[in-house]
Parts: sequence; C-alpha cells; structure tokens
Amino acid sequence: MSGPNTEYDPVEVTPLQAEQVAEARDAAIAAIEAAADLEALKQVRLEHAGDRSPLALANREIGALPPQARKEAGQRVGQARGAINQAIAARQAVLEAEHEERMLVEETVDVTLPTDRRRRGGRHPITLQSELIADIFVAMGWEIAEGPVVEAEWLNFDALNLGPDHPARTMQDTFWTEPADRHVVLRTQTSPVQARTMLTRTPPIYVACPGRVFRTDEYDATHSPMFHQVEGLVVDEGITMAHLKGSLDHLAAQLFGEGIDTRFRPSYFPFTEPSAEVDVRCFVCRGVDADADACRTCRGEGWIEWGGCGVVNPRVLVACGVDPERYSGFAFGMGIDRSFMFRHNLEDLRPLFEGDVRFSAAFGTEI
Amino acid sequence: MKAPKSWILEYVDVPDGTTTDELTARLTLTGLKLEAIESAGADISGPLVVGRVLTMEPEPQKNGKTINWCTVDVGDANGTGEPQGIVCGAHNFEPGDLVVTVLPGGVLPGGFEISARKTYGHVSAGMICSARELNLGEDHDGIIVLPEGAGEPGQDARGVLGLDEEVIEFEVNPDRAYALSLRGIAREVAVSVAGASGFADPALRDTPAADDAGYPVRVEDPSGCPVFVARTVSGFDPSAPTPDFIAQRLTASGMRPISLAVDVTNYVMLETGRPIHGYDADKLQGPIVVRRATDGEQLTTLDGTRRTMSVEDLVVTDDSGPIGLGGVMGGESTEISETTTRVLVESAHWDAVSMFRTGRRHKITSEAGKRNERGVDPTICEAAADRVVELLTTYGGATVEPGVTVVGAPPAQPRVSMATDLPARVSGLPIDTDTVVAHLEAVGCGVTVDGATLTATPPPWRPDVTDPHDLVEEVVRLVGYDTIPSVLPPAPGGRGLTRPQQLRRRIGRTLAGAGWVEVVDFPFVGEGDLDALGLEADDPRRTVLRLSNPLSHEAPAMTTTLLPALLRTAGRNVGLGAGSVALFETATVTLPRATEGAPILPVDRRPTDAELDSLLEALPEQPLHLGLVAAGEADPSGWWGEGRPVEWSDAVEAVRQVADALGLELTTRPAALAPWHPGRCAELLLGGTSVGHAGELHPRVCTTFGLPARSVAAEVDLDVLIEHAVHLRQAPTFSTFPAAKEDVALVVDESVAAADVEAALREGAGELLESIRLFDVYRSEQLGEGRKSLAFALRFRAPDRTLTDEDTTSAREAAVALAAERTGASQRA
Ligand SMILES: [Zn+2]
Repeated sequence: MSGPNTEYDPVEVTPLQAEQVAEARDAAIAAIEAAADLEALKQVRLEHAGDRSPLALANREIGALPPQARKEAGQRVGQARGAINQAIAARQAVLEAEHEERMLVEETVDVTLPTDRRRRGGRHPITLQSELIADIFVAMGWEIAEGPVVEAEWLNFDALNLGPDHPARTMQDTFWTEPADRHVVLRTQTSPVQARTMLTRTPPIYVACPGRVFRTDEYDATHSPMFHQVEGLVVDEGITMAHLKGSLDHLAAQLFGEGIDTRFRPSYFPFTEPSAEVDVRCFVCRGVDADADACRTCRGEGWIEWGGCGVVNPRVLVACGVDPERYSGFAFGMGIDRSFMFRHNLEDLRPLFEGDVRFSAAFGTEI
Repeated sequence: MKAPKSWILEYVDVPDGTTTDELTARLTLTGLKLEAIESAGADISGPLVVGRVLTMEPEPQKNGKTINWCTVDVGDANGTGEPQGIVCGAHNFEPGDLVVTVLPGGVLPGGFEISARKTYGHVSAGMICSARELNLGEDHDGIIVLPEGAGEPGQDARGVLGLDEEVIEFEVNPDRAYALSLRGIAREVAVSVAGASGFADPALRDTPAADDAGYPVRVEDPSGCPVFVARTVSGFDPSAPTPDFIAQRLTASGMRPISLAVDVTNYVMLETGRPIHGYDADKLQGPIVVRRATDGEQLTTLDGTRRTMSVEDLVVTDDSGPIGLGGVMGGESTEISETTTRVLVESAHWDAVSMFRTGRRHKITSEAGKRNERGVDPTICEAAADRVVELLTTYGGATVEPGVTVVGAPPAQPRVSMATDLPARVSGLPIDTDTVVAHLEAVGCGVTVDGATLTATPPPWRPDVTDPHDLVEEVVRLVGYDTIPSVLPPAPGGRGLTRPQQLRRRIGRTLAGAGWVEVVDFPFVGEGDLDALGLEADDPRRTVLRLSNPLSHEAPAMTTTLLPALLRTAGRNVGLGAGSVALFETATVTLPRATEGAPILPVDRRPTDAELDSLLEALPEQPLHLGLVAAGEADPSGWWGEGRPVEWSDAVEAVRQVADALGLELTTRPAALAPWHPGRCAELLLGGTSVGHAGELHPRVCTTFGLPARSVAAEVDLDVLIEHAVHLRQAPTFSTFPAAKEDVALVVDESVAAADVEAALREGAGELLESIRLFDVYRSEQLGEGRKSLAFALRFRAPDRTLTDEDTTSAREAAVALAAERTGASQRA
C-alpha cells in the first residue's frame, strides 16, 4: 500500500500543508471522543485511520516531494497518525470496559435457584460402618478376612468347640438348610471365617472378619434374622489377654472417640477360654456421673454392652491345625449394626433393612 | 435365675453395710451378671397397710353367702384417722386381728385397681387382702391374719409381708450351671465378695445310710443315670398348705406355688440345684427300672402331651411301662394329685448330653431339664432327697418310711493339670503360684503342686472345668479382669485391603456417585417372589437352597437373585411417595450345586486337605451380585425444563460405569429374559462371558411390584468383573498428527443391532480408526417401514503421518463395505 505512487501529480500536493494535517488530526480525535460505543468507534477508525482516511492519503504523497521536503512532511503526518491511533486505543479500552460492565449486569441470574439436576446417591450406613471398622484394623496392620454366609456346619460349630450336644448351640438359633443331613447352615456368627483363616494360613495371623450372619430371631426393633458382625482373630507367639484388651481399647477409641475404653466381665463362649463380655465406656456421658435420667445412651450404666471375646480355646487351635504349645491367640466379636445404633443414636434397627431411601440418603457417602 | 437377697444371705455373711448394688457389681465382675434388681412386690402399688379389725357384722345375703361388714383402723393411712368401712367375704378372723388392707388407689397384681365402691348395700372403701390376692401363695382360703405385734395400724404392710424384699436376677452362663441354685449363688458370693464369710452349704447334711429296705430300683443304663436315690414318705396330708416362706420364695424366684408336695421339690431344686421328682407312690406298680426307651414306646408326660420316644431317651419305668422321661419331665400316670398321701422322692443324676438331646427332641424346656442338661452336682442326690423328706414331714404331716434306696455312685472327678504359670501367660498378668492355688481352692478345687506343674481336682458342681484353660479362667476372674493391662499386639506389616475388597468399595462409590442409593435386603425368597418376576418354569433361578426352619413360609429359601427384594424395596419407596428411586444392592446369592453333604469332620486334629476340600465343595456357589433398579425420572424436572424419564439404557449404563471403574469394557446383545421387557433387555458380556442383564422391566412386573411403567433394572455377577478387573493400567501413547473425521449414515433393518453395525465398521475401518461413535438413530417414511438409519462419527488418525484424503476415504469405504456385508447396511444417500 505504501509503495511509490507512480501516477502522482505534483501540482496537487496541498494535503501536506501543516494546517491541513492538524485539521485532519483534530477532526479525527473529536470523532473518536464522540464515539458512543464500540460499533461507532469502529466506524470512526475506518474514516479517520483507514486506508481511505485523509492522512493515509496524505501519507502516500510524501514520496513525491523533493527529498529536502520529505522528512518534514513525513514527521508531520506520522505524528498526526500516531496521535489518532493512540486516541482510538484509549477510547477502545474505555468502551470495552463499559461494555463488559453492562454485559455482566445484564447476565445476572438468581443464584438461589435450586441446582439439583442430578440424582444424589448414597451408600448404606452399615457398609460405611463396616469399612470404617475395617480401616481401623488395617491401620493396625491387620487384614480383612471373608467367608461365605451359607456355611458348613462343621466350620460354624464343631471346629469352634461347639460339638453336636453343646448346650451353647441352643443359644444360637440356627437356620438349617435342607436336607438337614447335608450339614449346611446359614452362619450364625462370623467365626467360621476365623476357622477358615487358621486352616489356610500359618501364624502370625492378624485378621478382622466383618460380615452378615443369621439367627432365627423374629424381626423387631432390636432383633433381625440377619445382622452384621465383626470378629477379630490374632494368633501369634506370646499373645495374652492384655493384647486383647489393648486391641479392643484401640478399636473403641477409634470408633467412639479418644479416651473411650473397654471393660471385661467373665462370660462363656465355647471357642474362647477364658471368655469375657466386652462393655464399652459410654461415649456420651463417659461413665462419669452416669444416671438413668441423664444418659439415654447407656441408661445410666456408664457402660454399653458391646460384644464377646476371649483367649482362643486350645481345642479350637487343634481342630484348625495350629500348634497350641507354640501359639496362643485371642478372638472377639461385636455387632456392627448394634455399634452403629448407639454410635448414631438409632433406637430401632429396622430402618437398616427396609431400604427407605430417606434413611440411606441421610448418611450420604460418609458416616 | 432369680434369687431373693435374703435367701442368698441365709447361707453366707457379707460385711455390714454391703449394699445390693455393691454385691451385684462384684458378682457381675467375677462372672455372675446382674440382669435386674426388682422388689418382690413390684406389681403392687399404692397404699397397702396394716389394719386392725375394730368391728365385724356378719350379713347373710340372698345368694346364700354371708359377708362381713367391717370397720378397720388404718391409722392415718386414709388421711382422716377414722375407721375404714370395708366389706369382706372371708371369715377366718375376728375383731382385734391385724390384717393387710389395701386402700382406694392401690393396685394389686394383675393390674387390679382398688376404689371405693358400692357393694352389698355398703360403700366398701378398700379390701382386706388374702395371700392369693397379693401373689404370696395359692392355697389360702381366707385373708392374711398377721401375728400380734407384726405392725401398727397404718404402717406400710410391704415390709411386714416381705414384699420390700429385693430379688436379684442373674444371667447365668451355660458353664456356670451351679449358679442356678441358691447354694451356688451363695458360694459365688463367698468366693468373690471381699469380706464375705461363713458360707453354709445347704446341701451339706447328715443323711441316713443306704440300705436294702427302700423302694426297689434297678438302673439298666448306669452311664445315663449314674445315681438314683429314692425315699418314701406316707401319711402325707395333700391339703396341707405350703408355708408362706416357701410360697413367697418360689414366687419371688419366678415359680408358681402349686401344692405343698410340688412346691417342696421346686424349693429344694432352687436351694441345692438338684432337680427332684415326686411320684404318687400308691400309683407305682412294681420296681422302678431306669433304661433307654424302646423305639416307638409311648408316654404321656405331666403337661398332658402324648410322646413317642426314641431309643436314646432315658425313661423311668415300672411294671406298667414308662412313667417318666428321666430328668426331663415326669409322667401323668404317677403324678402327685390332691389325693396323694404317699410320695416317692426321686433324686437322680442324669447324663447331661442325654438330657440335652431328649429336651430338644421333645421340645421340652423345664426348670429340671435346664439344670440337668447343664450339669448338676452328682454328689448331693442323697442330701437333696433328705431335704425334701424333711420338708414333707415338717409341713405335710408325713412320716418317713424306712429304707433308703441308693443305686450307683457319683462318677469320679477328673483331674486337670497345667503349668503353674499358665494363668500368667494367658492373662498377661503377673500371677504367682500361691495366688493360683488360693483361687482354685476358693472355687472348690483340690490342688497339688509338683514343681512347675499343678494338678487340680475340680469340685463336683463344676462339670465344666475339664481343661487347663478352664482353670485359668477361674484364677483370672478372681484376680480380676479389670486388672488386665491394655497392650497393643505387635502386628507385622499388613498387606492392607485385598484387591477385591478395594474394588468392591470402588464399585459402591461409583454407583453412589452416579446417583444410586445402596440398600440392604434379607436374602430370603419364595415361589411367589419368583413368580412375580415372571420366571419360566425351567429358569435356573428357580433352583433354590431351601431352609428347614424359615421364619416365613412365604420366603423359605435363599435367593438366587437380588431382584425380588430390590423391586419390592423400590416399590415400597414409591408407595411412600418417592417419585423417583434409583437403588442398588451388592450381596451374594446362593446357587445350589448337586453335591454330597458336608461331612462332620473330627476336631482332635486338623482335617486333611482332602477332607477340607470335600467340606468346601459341599457348599453352594455364592457369587457376589450387583442388583439395580430405577424408576421415575433419571434426571429430575425443574426450572431448567422437563426431566428425563429413566429408560432401559440407564440400567445398562450403570453397569457399564461399574465395569469402567474396573477398567473393563462390556458389550451388549439383545436378550429375552424375565423380569425384563423381552424387547428391551440387554445381555452384558465381558469378552465372550455373560455377566448379567439390564434393561426395562416387563410391564407386568412393574405392576406387580407397584413400580411406575418403564422402570428399569439390572443384575450382574460382580465376581466375574472383579476377577477380570484391570490391575496395572498401561500408560497410553498419543499421536500428535491431526485427525480426520468422517460421518457415515447406514440404513439397516430394524432388527439389526447397532452394536453389530458398529463392530463391522470398526473392524472394516482397520488400524487407522481412532474412535467411532453412534450419534443418531433416525427413522422416516422415506426409509420405509422396518428400517432405521444409524449415523456414526468416525475419527481416523495415524501414529506417524498426516492422513491424506485417499487414506480416510478408503478406510471409510472398507468400513461401510464390511458393514454392508455383515448387516446388509446400505449407505444413506
Ligand atoms: Zn452414658
């Protein structure tokens, strides 16, 4: 565009007069200042800074001037065009800022509108509680063992020192499968997983076994034919009841809060000897000044019945192929549903098994 | 086991000021757990006071009865101090007697509320009480007349009647059968409560020596009945009342007083733990013989039930045949009645296992059976019989007949040896040998120590103590479980969650993140559920593992599919007003296998691997399933516009998201399977393996389960997916050359599956194909009936160069050609 103008007629070079350059510049700047919006500014730019603008045309003339006149004219026109471009850029910035400001105001929405355009899901609180408990054991270096719910009678009873005529078999109302002489039951406890673990692994064994178990209990606020248990089993050299107490105290503190510990009371389970009932310190009143009116969680006892435990009966070790002279162990079990109930203040366990989405949804994906 | 506190303290002294709470707290910590403390008169409330009869006027009535119109001084208990006017039907008292009066506002056992009421022409303001009305006994015709000096008019009568007595209920573990007696509880107090002393064993008494003059008894099965003691009394007065203290203690212990002869046997059972049976001796025919029953032999027991016995049952017989199910329940033919004057007292020791089996076989739970099957002290048969005889003669006017029959002898006590440091090693407590010996002796063991080995002879009331660890428990519980320190065991470095465990969590999180809510259902199923799904008669899901003792006959088996429970749960939520639901469940299902039964293996050694295999093979398959159901809207309606109703693809996509979370890609093919819509059911495949089905439910199934039309469901085998989950994903490499895009629209028959067309295109396009995506399905009149157009976007890219137009054109043409060949597709103009 700025090539030498060969068709140039030197007689008509008036636009390079200083007054005319200043005039064109002033007119351009006035027009720029007057541009009300970006569209107007664009038009102004075409007129006053475009290829056909007076100063662009004047610029073409410069090459035709005698060499001594070129420098002065070039300077004059160049300065004028510079001033115009500067003015356009400044005006552009101002107008853009105004435009953006206006657009943002226009685009305002009501951010208080509901946003639930996707269904919310949730996991079952017992699943979450089981995982929480599993994580506590895993953090101690234990592993999580599992087994089937339809189980061999021998593994559910006999291997655990519950012979066919053991009175304790009546303590657990067992679902039997047909035909009865197939000796297959719904496991009444997660203990057969302990037996399976000892039968298939060699000590040291540190496992927790969460899972579903079944008893022929009628379904009511505190009983269910299916519920969830977690059992622990440790078999190693030199294991004592102190290790059992330590493990349960740790679990209690992790699950219910710092300072919550356990209490043992002598009890009876065929698979452990000595055996104990485990009470956990009430995490609401902490057993301090517990009284029946003050604490609903423990009904003023200060302690909550939590589960059973004991030293693995050497007879069980023998049946499961562990040398009782070399190894000793402990085992414990507690209800996951029950733990959940008092941890989360649930008085009737039935909502756990009735699938009302309002119940699961209340727990979301973390408890 | 319920025991009045005063009865316990009859046999043992505790330090003055020991409260019931302190006593029971200590017993609880040593193994006899407190269940409840109640007062004997807990079912009586309101004013129950001592009264003195001032006047009584007999008034004959038209119905032939005579009532007494009495005035009774009840002190200030009625608020006025004036005598109380009361109508009384009894006659066994006279003015001046002290009686027990319940005033208006009182409530007697059975919820019987007392108010002033008009009767026999008087306003009777209360009642003069009989023992029966206060649940203190059954055999009194008249009202209670208190001995002079028993109390002052107006005084609360509870204390006078022993109704303020504390009754302690213990939870007795199966290994502590001895605590099913006052003897055992008192001994436990003596052993465990600090400062307790002076234990007096109620079963320790001088008994007359056995002789040949007693009732003839022969025991043919000494292992089933090691000891049989018989004593006889005659001249018994069957109308003699049960003394108040016996009636009250029985009532407080939860047993109903019946008649003196029966009450006495129950009383001695509570006192000593030894069940006693009384026969009407005049109804016995010939010698008593104890033997196993013959198969099919019959007996009518005291509860009136005609029972057919098995050869394992122990029976007591006479010449007439069986007269009792030994140790469990007596027979009707020799039952003590209101005419019985001669009583034969049986005090026998029975084999606990037989008792347990017989009790279960005949479904009898009795107080006697409960004790006999847990184990009773075999050495106190004679003492217990003698105690019964003493009470029958003292309170029933009976005379002891000469002769004491004792057949057999108590079995010798086993001896148990252990290392003296075993209690310390097991408990983690520093327990020295002296402490071990002292505690074992305290619970009744004979103990000898030889170097580092201790040998204990457990007392006869502790048949549960058979193993070294049983001795350990006795020692440690008395040292105190509360002294055991808390020490974390030194677990080795663990391996964390197994991969399947991690993946199951991932699956749950994936689904919850995608808007599905997890539920937990019972795994029980019935024919009706499977019918509701519309399963064919030969559907393998109808082959279920049945339960022998289901809770409900509508669901008597283990389910093979998660869908019935899941659909029901979804229907319930809809019924509760949830417009839309999306539920999932992961649980095992039970698929029976035709196998042998599971053996009962020995327990005195580890089973062999072969034995163990036979055990595990006998179990049904229990794969982990995932079930899904959704109804209503997949995306809700709102201010943003209409929502999107769920459709078959939501079910398929949910399963695909799960697979994707495991690094797996599933393919689909049409399937027709209940409970799905036959035209809207996809079978999901991993490679060539079917993993389950998903799609829209059959309209009839939706109706049956109360679900809105077009609800969807899926069920897949997660074990297969988890097993094949990608473990180590490889890092991808990308071509940085530009991609070339080509769209093709193919017209096919309606019956052609899009997946087949896509597969053909993919294969035909060859290596240059980077991705393919179906983006439109189009039907029109122009295409014709039964035809559809499938539009695919193909993207090509080479790893090493920029593709030319010729490259992409020839790849596209090859793809279309293969699709045409495989599916009859024609390119849409
Ligand atoms: Zn509390």
